[in-house]
Amino acid sequence: MITSYKWIKDLVPGLEATPKDYVDAMTLSGSKVEGFKNLDEDLENIVIGKVLKIEKHPDADKLVICQVDIGKDEAIQIVTGAPNVVEGCIVPVVLDGGRVAGGHDGKITPGGVKIKKGKLRGVESNGMMCSIQELGSTTDMYPDACEDGLYILPEDAPIGDSAPKYLGLDDTIVEYEITSNRVDCFSVIGIAREAAATFNKELKAPVVKETGNSEDVNDYIKVQIQDKDLCRRYTARVVKNIKIAPSPVWMQRRLAAQGIRPINNIVDITNYVMEEFGQPMHAYDLNTIEDRQIIVKRAENGDTFTTLDGQERKLDDTVLMICDGKKPVGIAGIMGGENSMITDDVKEMLFEAACFDGTNIRLSSKKVGLRTDASSKFEKGLDPNLAILAINRACQLIEELGAGEVIGGVVDVYPDKKEGNRVKFDADKINKLLGTDISKETMLSYFDKLELGFDENTSEVIVPSWRQDLLCQADIAEEVARFFGYANIPSSIPGNSAMSEAVPLYQKVKKIAGKVARINGFSQGMTYSFESPKVFDKLLIPEDSDYRKAIVISNPLGEDFSIMRTISLNGMLNSLSLNYNRRNENVRLYELGNIYIADKLPLVKNLPDERMQFTLGMYGQGDFFVMKSVVEEFFHTLGLKKKTIYLPDADLPFLHPGRKAAIQYNGKNLGFIGEVHPKVLSNYEIKDRAYVAVIDLKTIEEFVDFDVKYVGVPKYPAVTRDISLVVPKEIYAGEIEDIIESKGGKMLESYALFDIYEGAQIKAGFKSLAYTLTFRSSENTLKDDDIAPAMKKIITSLEEKNIELRK
Amino acid sequence: MKEKLEQIKEEAFKQIAESKELSKLNDVRVNFLGKKGELTAVLKGMKNVSAEDRPKIGQLVNETRSIIETKLEETKKALEEAELELRLKRETIDVTLPASKPITGHAHPNQVVLEEVEDIFRSMGYEVCDGPEIEYDYYNFEALNIPANHPAKDEQDTFYINKDILLRTQTSPVQVRVMEKGKLPIKMIAPGRVFRSDEVDATHSPSFHQIEGMVIDKGITFADLKGTLLEFSKRLFGPETKIKLRPHHFPFTEPSAEVDVSCFKCGGKGCRFCKGEGWIEILGCGMVHPRVLEMSGIDPEEYSGFAFGVGLERITLLKYEIDDMRLLYENDIRFLNQF
Repeated sequence: MITSYKWIKDLVPGLEATPKDYVDAMTLSGSKVEGFKNLDEDLENIVIGKVLKIEKHPDADKLVICQVDIGKDEAIQIVTGAPNVVEGCIVPVVLDGGRVAGGHDGKITPGGVKIKKGKLRGVESNGMMCSIQELGSTTDMYPDACEDGLYILPEDAPIGDSAPKYLGLDDTIVEYEITSNRVDCFSVIGIAREAAATFNKELKAPVVKETGNSEDVNDYIKVQIQDKDLCRRYTARVVKNIKIAPSPVWMQRRLAAQGIRPINNIVDITNYVMEEFGQPMHAYDLNTIEDRQIIVKRAENGDTFTTLDGQERKLDDTVLMICDGKKPVGIAGIMGGENSMITDDVKEMLFEAACFDGTNIRLSSKKVGLRTDASSKFEKGLDPNLAILAINRACQLIEELGAGEVIGGVVDVYPDKKEGNRVKFDADKINKLLGTDISKETMLSYFDKLELGFDENTSEVIVPSWRQDLLCQADIAEEVARFFGYANIPSSIPGNSAMSEAVPLYQKVKKIAGKVARINGFSQGMTYSFESPKVFDKLLIPEDSDYRKAIVISNPLGEDFSIMRTISLNGMLNSLSLNYNRRNENVRLYELGNIYIADKLPLVKNLPDERMQFTLGMYGQGDFFVMKSVVEEFFHTLGLKKKTIYLPDADLPFLHPGRKAAIQYNGKNLGFIGEVHPKVLSNYEIKDRAYVAVIDLKTIEEFVDFDVKYVGVPKYPAVTRDISLVVPKEIYAGEIEDIIESKGGKMLESYALFDIYEGAQIKAGFKSLAYTLTFRSSENTLKDDDIAPAMKKIITSLEEKNIELRK
Repeated sequence: MKEKLEQIKEEAFKQIAESKELSKLNDVRVNFLGKKGELTAVLKGMKNVSAEDRPKIGQLVNETRSIIETKLEETKKALEEAELELRLKRETIDVTLPASKPITGHAHPNQVVLEEVEDIFRSMGYEVCDGPEIEYDYYNFEALNIPANHPAKDEQDTFYINKDILLRTQTSPVQVRVMEKGKLPIKMIAPGRVFRSDEVDATHSPSFHQIEGMVIDKGITFADLKGTLLEFSKRLFGPETKIKLRPHHFPFTEPSAEVDVSCFKCGGKGCRFCKGEGWIEILGCGMVHPRVLEMSGIDPEEYSGFAFGVGLERITLLKYEIDDMRLLYENDIRFLNQF
């Protein structure tokens, strides 16, 4: 919403605040000002002058020398090249040291252009005569100005006075952000009412009367609303003997300040009333209305209609139309039809001011693909009581401007009259909610300024119909708070009666994941939850895989963001790829983010399972076992005490077939780890080996055990045995370790792999693995004999697997 | 015999003086005091000494031994001292050379700010809650007093899965879920990911984070809301921070406000971060709407409360002077490693 500050000041006499003070105060009382602009901020020292005499310039064909009367004793000399300068013309003149907003080509210079006296081709010039462009405006807004030449002002313009003031440029344009609940503030009067309450002044709104001649409008037009659910009220009046002409300067200036181009008296009046009251209106050429009848009803599926901009629009049976006895003449609340529009030789005119259903207009406007000034006002849901005010105001202006003869009476179809609300008022409760101590009288004084009534008997606030937002006492409390001033409400801290619960486990696990990752050099990334369905192909995921059972967004920002991820790898690989392609070395990233698993697709009733994934990815320094150490450190920190199982045969198509494993704990899958498959790497344009690990935090939560019990520090020394094994190549170290663990007995304290060798000294198809086994007893110092049985058991079991001791 | 011992002593002293290294010194010890050393040889020769002279000679030998040992010990100490001196000199490093950095990772800037905010509210007795990112329309809109066809639904440009299920556009649905549990009073914050249908550019992202806060109890006032936000702002932005509440409209709060904090870059004088205003808008808040309380089964006559919502990215961008939101989701380590 935009208003001219001058217009507001005209409606609120006594409002003298500077523009800056005005916008600050309005913002703090709830009409948030987005910005404001003084139209004359770059205009300085510009007066109205009269060209008395013109002489040729001795040295330049295109220049002339003018003597200009600027209301002082002596005329000043100005050299100009303007083509339309004539003796006797009255023009804006910027004097020596003054400023204009820009050039006559319409280019605005921030801060303005300083004008100094000087010589033009040797002849002294003491200022500049101006075009409308140099004053920072356009011929659109000032239709009487010359497109390329000086702005020739009317003959009665007062010589010597300020030209910007004369042209209404001594104004400030204020732009407000109006919230959706305050439909009434999409009008100059609505803003003025807020201004009056904010500055504690009286609002002087125009007095609207029903004028007109002695004829009866009902003899001219009948109105019928068929679809009452979409049209709460329809008012119509008729004007005859129309005389199309420019509207008066005062009206043109106000419209121009609001950013609306003046056209002619009829169009200007409808625009003026729309700005003033916030009620859109429409004018039809009465002679195009067949059967002298208006019917408001829905269109039919498949109908088309040509709007007054010449475009053909497709309609369906949800779009409300204004029809005459035979045909549609306008799309209700959006735009009139080409077939009934006002032309320059209109004789009789039908004025319409109606109230349409806001939601329907919003949806229709989308459907028809046309959002107009009118529709954007209707879609907010207008007060039906505005229609009558607006139509009478428009007719009153028709008479004032002599634009035509208004027929007496109003057609007003208003089946279900809307009254204002009544809201219970309890000053104590309001104070209790706000934490204030404001007297009832003070509260009532705020209501008075807002034109809210008060019924002493029932202690109710009587809400005018334009304040559709005031429905309950909390709404009334906000009115009190706004005008008492949010800044004047005290500050306190609520009593500490609520105690926060302990930090839940999932939050702790997430925190630990981040900590372990960072300690190991991984930095945290964040990626989107939605991605392209193409990622499955990029990750070599087969057609029938569960990973492809992704939830689809019905209105995505394009296909690339259309499905909710079921696997967290794509975001990670994209991030690694970005780093790789920017030549960052040794990159390690982690992410903590959800995947979304539906129990059934398409999603009907149940929300999906959102599973927090701890995703690690890296390239550069490090290998599979570095990644494995990070994963194991994470498990260790969470207190997972049993052995983690790595299953190399798991189905993980996106990983290197020989360097991958599913991670299992206590029979449950925790996630996976591995080197990224070279084809996947190439799909992501990564030309280095990369390693990833993904851990499902929801699964791991149930195994978390922060309970640590102290175990005595051993008193007796340990005995160690090194064994070097010759192992068939296909046997995993894990299998050997399982044997060592299960056969080692109680005294086996630990074991560690210390050497792997494959090569010439080992027979083909075999590898050598060497372990150190550590035995210890808590009761005595072990002797060789004590551990011999355990060693024997281990070796026997190994031999069963075709594993031999290396001699 | 006496001369012999004197001779040995002289010889030992001479050799000790000549020993410039610890190993040499040890050789001297072995030569004189060892099993096959000269002094031991003297003791071995005692059997040729008369019985009455034996104790005397024995005493002399021991005295000599002790003198040599003392000398050896002194010299050893001196040599060790000298050796250490030498080593320390040799080991001098250029302490102005660059530090060798531990390769630790960095938290995402959003995470750093989030943890700060969480710590502030936890210390004020708030619980950290969460809720689903794919949410029912009911929780995201209806239960928050945004009925079907409400223009606010359009304004928020919601991603829908179907007509009842959507990607939450705000963290406010968590409020409703907590209220529905029926455990009062409530003092919670709910950080999380939210989604809106905005094209990606320097100031927009279709996925971002909010932190929701809510307190419900008997007698909670707008003044409590102001005081709480002031305390939060001071803890997050510094003790000099001021706040300014401007009336605003949200369907789920009444009265509602938008909150500006005094610019924490310039202290309110006006700079490029606050666009010369001296104030920066950081959050929206208000008293929980009685309809919202009712719908969640809380009696608005008995209980009242306030709620607020902060955009996490907004604070992150401002705090770290990041000028392009896209940087937060690219994950370039040269960016991430700065936090």
